Amino acid sequence: MARIAGVDIPGTKRGEIALTYIYGIGRSSATSILGKAGINKDKKPNDWSEEEANAIRAVISGEFKVEGVLKSEVQLSIKRLMDIGCYRGLRHRKGLPLRGQRTKNNSRTRKGKRKTVANKKKATK
Amino acid sequence: MGRSLKKGPYIDFRLDNKIQALNTSGKKSVIKTWSRRSMISPDFIGHTFAVHNGNKFIPVYVTDNMVGHKLGEFAPTRNFRGHGGKKDKGKR
Repeated sequence: MARIAGVDIPGTKRGEIALTYIYGIGRSSATSILGKAGINKDKKPNDWSEEEANAIRAVISGEFKVEGVLKSEVQLSIKRLMDIGCYRGLRHRKGLPLRGQRTKNNSRTRKGKRKTVANKKKATK
Repeated sequence: MGRSLKKGPYIDFRLDNKIQALNTSGKKSVIKTWSRRSMISPDFIGHTFAVHNGNKFIPVYVTDNMVGHKLGEFAPTRNFRGHGGKKDKGKR
């Protein structure tokens, strides 16, 4: 068990994969972190020495925005969009997709669970 | 798909001229425009635009947060009033 970037404790997976458990780090940034820290990306976090873990921490805190900082940045930019009243901000307020996708069907990720409208007429023949 | 950086931001030529004239004379007046596609440049801050939405002109006061957006983003073209239901219909 290794603790990196605060609360995250990636487990017994390959280092490259384990790092992606941190919010803000995907596969490509994970490989580049391990490359900069000079650690084989197949080595598992359990086998990392203390120095190696510290090297990773140094790289992440130096070059990457992760977890809380990143989350708050995302929230701030959403808030900015909503405050200036632009189209994307309005869509955020309504909880609808921002990028011109159709909303007649689908877009359930943004709209959430289906809300059935009561007494909706069935198609009459 | 964003616009190529090489070209720089697009601002309607005539709109830009109007802004420059206002800035040099130091006056403030509402600028009517149909040019929804123009990028808001830092020169626009503090001016009020009346942006056409296809039907009427929507007043847009430009603040520094808006730089880099297009004028049209602030003048919605659609007016969704919700789906039917007999109760609501009388109110509209």
